[in-house]
Amino acid sequence: MSEQKRGRVIGGVGKPVPKKDAPALLTGKPVYTADIAPKDCLCVKLLHSPHAHAMIEEIDVSRAQKMPGVACILTYKDVPDVRFTQAGQTYPEFSPYDRLILDRHLRCVGDPVAIVAAETEKQALAAMKLIRVKYQVLEAILDAKQAMDNQTLIHPEENWRALVPSCGADNRRNLVAMGEDAHGDVEAELAACDIVIDQEYSTQANQQCMMETFRAFTRMDYYGRLEIVSSTQVPFHVRRIIATALDIPKSRVRVVKPRIGGGFGAKQTAVCEQYPAIVTMKTGRPAMIIYTREESMTLSSPRHAMTMHVRLGAMKDGTIRAIDLHTLSNSGAYGEHGPTTVGLSGHKSIPLYTHHMKAFRFAWHTVYTNTMSAGAYRGYGATQGLFAVESAVNELAHALNMDPAALREHNIVREGEAMPAYYGETAASCAVDRCIARAKEMIGWEKKYPARTLENGHIRAVGMALAMQGSGISNVDTGAVMIRLGDDGIYNMSIGATDMGTGCDTILAQMAAQSLECPVDNITVHGVDTDTSPYDCGSYASSTTYVTGMAVVKTCEELRKKIIRVGAQLLDCAEGEVLFEGDRVVKADASVSVTLAEIANAHMMAGYEDISACISSGSPVSPPPFMCGCAEIDLDPMTGEVNVVDYVGVVDCGTVINPNLAMRQTEGGLLQGIGMALYERPTLDHLGRTVSNSFLQYKIPARIDAPSIRVEFEPSYEPTGPFGAKSIGEIVINTPSPAIADAVYNACGVRVRHLPITSEKVLLGERE
Amino acid sequence: MAKYKNYVLARSIEEAYELNQKKSSVIVAGNMWLRMCGMNKQTAVDLSLLGLDRIEKTQDGFVVGAMTTLRALETDTALNDAFGSVFARALAPIVGTQFRSTATVGGSVYSRFGFSDVSALLLALDAEVVLHQRGVVKLSEYQLEAWDRDIITHIRIPGGQRASVQSVRVSGTDIPTLVCAAAKSEKGIRIVLGARPARAVIAADGLKLVDAQNIHIIEEIAGRTAFGTNLRAGEAYRRRIAPVLMARAVKGCMECEAKEAAEDEC
Amino acid sequence: MNVEFMLNGRKVSALIEADDSLYTVLRALGMYSVKCGCETTNCGLCTVHMDGKAVLSCSVPAARCAGHEITTLEGMQDEAKLLGSCLAGEGAEQCGFCAPGMMMNVFALAKENPHATDDEIDAFLAGNLCRCSGYVSQRRAVKKYLSIKAGEVCV
Repeated sequence: MSEQKRGRVIGGVGKPVPKKDAPALLTGKPVYTADIAPKDCLCVKLLHSPHAHAMIEEIDVSRAQKMPGVACILTYKDVPDVRFTQAGQTYPEFSPYDRLILDRHLRCVGDPVAIVAAETEKQALAAMKLIRVKYQVLEAILDAKQAMDNQTLIHPEENWRALVPSCGADNRRNLVAMGEDAHGDVEAELAACDIVIDQEYSTQANQQCMMETFRAFTRMDYYGRLEIVSSTQVPFHVRRIIATALDIPKSRVRVVKPRIGGGFGAKQTAVCEQYPAIVTMKTGRPAMIIYTREESMTLSSPRHAMTMHVRLGAMKDGTIRAIDLHTLSNSGAYGEHGPTTVGLSGHKSIPLYTHHMKAFRFAWHTVYTNTMSAGAYRGYGATQGLFAVESAVNELAHALNMDPAALREHNIVREGEAMPAYYGETAASCAVDRCIARAKEMIGWEKKYPARTLENGHIRAVGMALAMQGSGISNVDTGAVMIRLGDDGIYNMSIGATDMGTGCDTILAQMAAQSLECPVDNITVHGVDTDTSPYDCGSYASSTTYVTGMAVVKTCEELRKKIIRVGAQLLDCAEGEVLFEGDRVVKADASVSVTLAEIANAHMMAGYEDISACISSGSPVSPPPFMCGCAEIDLDPMTGEVNVVDYVGVVDCGTVINPNLAMRQTEGGLLQGIGMALYERPTLDHLGRTVSNSFLQYKIPARIDAPSIRVEFEPSYEPTGPFGAKSIGEIVINTPSPAIADAVYNACGVRVRHLPITSEKVLLGERE
Repeated sequence: MAKYKNYVLARSIEEAYELNQKKSSVIVAGNMWLRMCGMNKQTAVDLSLLGLDRIEKTQDGFVVGAMTTLRALETDTALNDAFGSVFARALAPIVGTQFRSTATVGGSVYSRFGFSDVSALLLALDAEVVLHQRGVVKLSEYQLEAWDRDIITHIRIPGGQRASVQSVRVSGTDIPTLVCAAAKSEKGIRIVLGARPARAVIAADGLKLVDAQNIHIIEEIAGRTAFGTNLRAGEAYRRRIAPVLMARAVKGCMECEAKEAAEDEC
Repeated sequence: MNVEFMLNGRKVSALIEADDSLYTVLRALGMYSVKCGCETTNCGLCTVHMDGKAVLSCSVPAARCAGHEITTLEGMQDEAKLLGSCLAGEGAEQCGFCAPGMMMNVFALAKENPHATDDEIDAFLAGNLCRCSGYVSQRRAVKKYLSIKAGEVCV
């Protein structure tokens, strides 16, 4: 396909096209939820539970209700007794239906006790102070290890419901999920191994910390329907969730997604929409909720904290024969994403070492505790599992006195191999071997491994880790794309995928331009409105480029056929006699042609078929992207301070659709991973209150913490992906924790198995 | 969020002082930490029109207006020339330039934050606090007192000293896990430990150079100092790194002095 | 109470409450580029200029602004387009929510230190958090913008 055609830059795949919304974002235009809210929105505030586990004995809102400006105050007495889940997942959700909009039973600090809506924020807060609540404080379970079969039940309610019973949820045992997946005889293989690494690792409930906190506004539209404008990754799921929560028909709900100030998975959960929604339903007034940063840090959807027990068996020559992994995942007070995240901890870590592996076992339990409900965060369980498995692999290398890079090269999955631990899927595209080789070159592994001491006494050391992820959820995720031909040959593309800053509007337009042989500017993209956009499960699970991208390709194929048909009709010849050339349809012998503009304008007259197409796509497989990350750290042995001075990431995400945006995803994800490894300390006090409740107490990396981050791609070609592409969004957060942990070990001999890696642990050793 | 009913831009320090005698009043300086504290007050008294934002060189040092911003301390040439750029280096990690452009030295000193880099440095430099009513008080005394209703108008910093600030932080812009400031004057070396996490204390004063450079003596001084535990680190960790930072701060003073001597020769 | 100040070169008068922040008032006046990302002065999203200096509008009492000059990104559209093109060329804006505050601080940097090095850029902008980009591309974009301003590179 020629790139330059009659003076136009054609197609877009592989080009660093600027994001379509960049001019608006970078001149400060009002494009985010709060910017476009009606001026007369009621301000919605939540009264939060001060207790980790309690029953409301009495609640008196009478004085508060009389305060100036108060429109309504709602308690558990005012909400439908219908349980639902906030998790943005395809129906029937794996997450149990275990919550009400407001409940008498409070299950974590922060759980909403009452909803206050007033004309202004100050009025709402003033009224909230006058709500009188008498709590019966209950025994709280804060430790996930104590949760299963505890006498205290977190969800004793009769109408608790698991829609997918096979995930093993049991509210009588505080269980959100349990299960096991195995292949071969893992015990026999481990017994036959020369060495078994047997260790426990754990990761924290990290916060996504997108710059725009959770927020939504709601209003009744002119048809008397509830319109929700929300900063969400999952508009279609929000429609179902809110209709369920309010117990109203789904036809009465419309969800619109404007520009979003970041999500990273946080907004794959309908954290806040139900509160303004019920206020609007009760009052008929527009209502808006904007979570404070504190609310976003204390009542949101952080990463599931997991404790993982790994047994990794190998022979003396480094041949890995068996992996046995048990994961205990803390879902918190509710089950959002609890059954699904835990699965990735094994299914997206163990398959990396498929090559010689004879057996594996992966078992899991996800439990309820009286802590904030967890949710989806970039990496979605794979991050946790990879910290454990990659750390164990590094420990194995040290135990065998082998180079961890060589150990990996010996054991990694090869292209074309079937991966029993990855649902039996085949690694149809896999360049992880080249990723390792290139990452080693870039960081200078041969020279720098393991460590060297600088003149100032600091130690420089390197560490490595691998990662994989998926590309969408196989057989579940689906996205549709609609493209219409308009005046003078423009294309209007409607998608249900949600650009949350990642640039998917642009990337999908690049693919459409490539398929339709036109400039990217000729494709307009429309964001999501559940009334008008084609269905898409939403932007999560690393699905958009791969799943929705394929829908773009299929839609364009269909559209080309229609353009050809009308073109042939206009040229008065048979379809088979003409070709589509992007800006015209031409007879194969080049004798006559008709421009796209002429075709477009003709089809808007009587007598021609409509030229539009809408095709959905899903995939029976979820091809993993792969990557290798190498950290070089500077460690001060006198204080235990660790700084990452260089981080190299080499990624196989198949074909790179937009190198700039793929690079930004990688750099941003790596820095989030570095934050998770070193700085971010989600902390509860002994009463279950989140102490790390602000950017003051929960430190995400600032500019001066950002090391040199160097990224390259080692593309493979994924046969089932659009233009050979796989996913990029999530995998990039997975390598820093294990890579930095090993660099620390290489520097000073301290092995940190429980994140984060604090200077205190580095200096004093890890305490149990 | 702090709440006020009235906001008064004081026209004179006397007016500000009078207004501030009521318990229901509060002085607004940088309004950085104040706004977060959630206090409910009748009257907020603003000092921004009183010209208290100047840094003046005097015969024996510097007089700094209470409303001088941290950013001004950081970028003032005369001040940094006089103290080997210690203000520039010590204040740079505080949140960000915008924060430091409105946060004031008076606000920091009045609040006696345990984590304050500013207080630790000023304490090491043996600064004095000029109060509208009481007059001049040593920061070392003021630091220990409870909050009162007097108003800081100026901070005096004695000249002729070399200082160094060393800290450990979770991340580059975090408040310190532990901060140590050392200053060398005619009277010897003074070492201050802040973010213990409690209020900064003078761990040693009038130390002879030879003793300050003796790690055993430094360790013994650290051993006498009280440390605690918070989100950022435990008591044992602070105890362990305190002598490290103290030794580095002493070394920093000496390097600063040596560098200036070399420059003088040029 | 009433407060009068210059906003983006125009005199404005706003009815405020004693404890309103400049941030609240600016949003009410339709300056939607100004964002809020925290309550603890840590994020830098609400950065505007007060008399040409970058400040956190969340922490500036609105009442203190009387007679002062306040500038938001709405008042610096030409500069925004120039710096914006540098950022967009890298894809460095990502979600864009932190961009207006960061850009306002870049303009302050350009005034104060027009030839800033990489480390100086990072130090000056340290109070502008971004969770998307990993910062390295923003550093390059800011560098490019400063070179254009210094006449070292043609647009």
